[in-house]
Amino acid sequence: MIPEIGHFALVLSFAVSICLATLPLYGYFTRQQGFLETAKPLALLQGFTLVVSFGVLIYGFLVHDFTIKYVADNSNLDLPWHFRMSAVWGAHEGSLLLWVLILSLWGAAVALLSRGIPNHVSALVLAVMGIIGVGFLAFTLFTSNPFVRILPFAPPNGADLNPLLQDPGLIFHPPMLYMGYVGLSVAFAFAMASLISGELNSMWARWSRPWTTVAWAFLTLGIALGSWWAYYELGWGGWWFWDPVENASLIPWLVATALMHSLAVTEKRGLFRSWTLLLAIAAFSLSLLGTFLVRSGVLTSVHAFANDPERGVFILGFLVVVIGGSLTLYAVRASKVSEPGEFGWISRESFLLFNNLILTVMAVSVLLGTLYPLLVDAVGGGKVSVGAPFFNAVFVPLTAILVSGMAFGPLSKWRQADDPRLYRPLIVTMIVSVVAGLVWPTTLGGEYSIATAFGVTIALWLAIATAADFGNKTKSFGGVRQTFVRVERGMIGMWFAHFGVAIIIFGIVMVENHTEHRDLRMGVGDTQKLGSYEVRMTELSVLRGPNYVADQATFEIYRGERLYKTVSPQKRRYNASGMVMTEASIDSGFTRDLYIAMGEPLDGGDWAVRLSVKPYVDWIWAGAFLMGLGGFISVTDKRYRQRAVEKQPESCVEGAKA
Amino acid sequence: MSRWVVWAPLGVFVVLVGFFFKGLTLDPSMQPSALIGKPVPSFQLTDLHTGKVLTSQTLPGVPFLLNVWASWCITCQVEHPYLTELSDQVPIVGLNYKDSETAAKNWLAKLGDPYTTQIFDPNGRLGLDLGVAGAPETFLVDSSGVIQLRIQGEVNDRVYQRQILPLLETLK
Repeated sequence: MIPEIGHFALVLSFAVSICLATLPLYGYFTRQQGFLETAKPLALLQGFTLVVSFGVLIYGFLVHDFTIKYVADNSNLDLPWHFRMSAVWGAHEGSLLLWVLILSLWGAAVALLSRGIPNHVSALVLAVMGIIGVGFLAFTLFTSNPFVRILPFAPPNGADLNPLLQDPGLIFHPPMLYMGYVGLSVAFAFAMASLISGELNSMWARWSRPWTTVAWAFLTLGIALGSWWAYYELGWGGWWFWDPVENASLIPWLVATALMHSLAVTEKRGLFRSWTLLLAIAAFSLSLLGTFLVRSGVLTSVHAFANDPERGVFILGFLVVVIGGSLTLYAVRASKVSEPGEFGWISRESFLLFNNLILTVMAVSVLLGTLYPLLVDAVGGGKVSVGAPFFNAVFVPLTAILVSGMAFGPLSKWRQADDPRLYRPLIVTMIVSVVAGLVWPTTLGGEYSIATAFGVTIALWLAIATAADFGNKTKSFGGVRQTFVRVERGMIGMWFAHFGVAIIIFGIVMVENHTEHRDLRMGVGDTQKLGSYEVRMTELSVLRGPNYVADQATFEIYRGERLYKTVSPQKRRYNASGMVMTEASIDSGFTRDLYIAMGEPLDGGDWAVRLSVKPYVDWIWAGAFLMGLGGFISVTDKRYRQRAVEKQPESCVEGAKA
Repeated sequence: MSRWVVWAPLGVFVVLVGFFFKGLTLDPSMQPSALIGKPVPSFQLTDLHTGKVLTSQTLPGVPFLLNVWASWCITCQVEHPYLTELSDQVPIVGLNYKDSETAAKNWLAKLGDPYTTQIFDPNGRLGLDLGVAGAPETFLVDSSGVIQLRIQGEVNDRVYQRQILPLLETLK
């Protein structure tokens, strides 16, 4: 009975989304206020029905309702409760339901927080989000319904959640990532609303800016969590694999980063209007494309747990409607967009244009690298794969160029910034970062690494320049506290985010160039050197977990004579699926991680063991966290909370004329 | 902004959609191999169970499947029940790839043995000659020992019905 409530709520929300996709638009074009005003209640109703539906699915997992096929396929009696929660979005059907749930929650948030926005604009925004909802709900209901029952003969026990996904990382990673992916739909909807209404002024930029920033922050954290999960759960010890699915999240992130910066120009100076609109369309389109790539099996990878061509055709059709439709509308309207105002060759505008250019090139190259195998295959060239060497060759120099500009941008000014005095702090920055960067590799021992020297210089350049900008502000505001109170939150957010980038770069440079890595054969009693540590295998045992059996090796790590730590990596075999998983032992530290993982059993009771020291690897995720934090800080800015109702009609008129 | 530039994004998208549509109709498990149409590379290895020497001469004189597997391979376990079903219809020769003898024997004892012969290749020599990227892989070999088809990844009903069976029938 209870699953039917969830199913019914899902059908109801489909009906609601059809209304939301049509009524406000009808009201807009026939100028009937009554229809326009249905948008907000419908958006809230959609959110409510989907919360109910999703809640029922969670309940089904918690009470082991194996009459629901999706529950029976992805959970069993032994699965601990927190993994039963995450199993809800562990496979295709549930993750789609999560997708639409988050879409509807963003819609509800827009409905609740858009009081300062003219009624017809918020109605159009919600209608566009309603159209997206119709597509995804139809997809869920007709091809991937999570409430399909197995009746009357329900299995007594379920299969199991993919052991790869039985991990705390999976509890948070998909919701975060989807918050980001789907959050970009708000910026998209604002862009579409302004294209539909023809009010192509810069007001839409102000309205959609906080939404974009929040979505970007979620996307940043989601990607970072995914990378962290891969690092400790996949048992390979890498943090980024240029896997198509990772790329599918990185591409929208790069475009969203460009969008965030270009929105600043559009809001503050009214420039780049047409370009910003295109970026807003592109960012969400690429996140839809990511969904398509992951879900359709067009590109196969470890992540594609729902390969199915029929579903692929449906998503592709939906992409054609949404992306094709929006780009057509863009093409029709954008040629009428005027670009008032000018800016100097050296100005904040030109630096941000530079930023947009580099980020776009980055996004396009990752997209090409990801799609290239598909394109070659489609023209009959067979299967090829594009690996890390390509992406690194493209990414490293572009990042270096981007980062050198990131030091100048914040110091510059709008309109005209060719006064060299503005950039004076960069002279010291340059000297300090180059000297420290060149010296740094000599402190590491071993062979001198030019790559490290270069990378650390870049990271320091950005870190010091950001600190210098902050220092300048504290001088003019009279103290650190005063600065944090009085300076725009957007600027504080930027400092955090840029500083985070510097930290990420430092982490990446160190871990990529100085990881010590050994694959060894070890038995009980064997000792091996690992960096400045000695690792001794003391015990091999077999353990029984709730839903798996594990071979466990115990290692004592010595630092000199002193016992530093005892760790126990495992090789688990999950009962229900028979899958084997590596549980690596990771001792995280400020300057390094010690990574010990079990490989294969060898003859004579020994094991292949992988030992690594990964310097500064946690800085990568710490930096990403700072970036996300920066995003959240910047949306607390006062001007987003103002109900600037009086000012808006004025600028709308002005924009309409322009 | 000029008239045609604004249409460019739509144009790019249309081209991409064309490729995607094509991509959907291509089967990711189809991987052409340089070995198709060539005989199974010569080898001299032992039988896992009997220890007798096996060479390309001892392969069955009828069309058969050569299945590359290992006890450490998870997907092999997934495809195993299906191979067991298939073993009534077509002989399956196993190539135990980069595995240990005990592990392989235990695996077969536990899960059942659908193979007519089991080539034991602990160092992966034949696997290397066959260009095996990982387990499981399955080759369809005709009665004169010539490779006709290569399947990377799991053999399941869909792969069998769509790819293996049509070709197998022409060989019989």
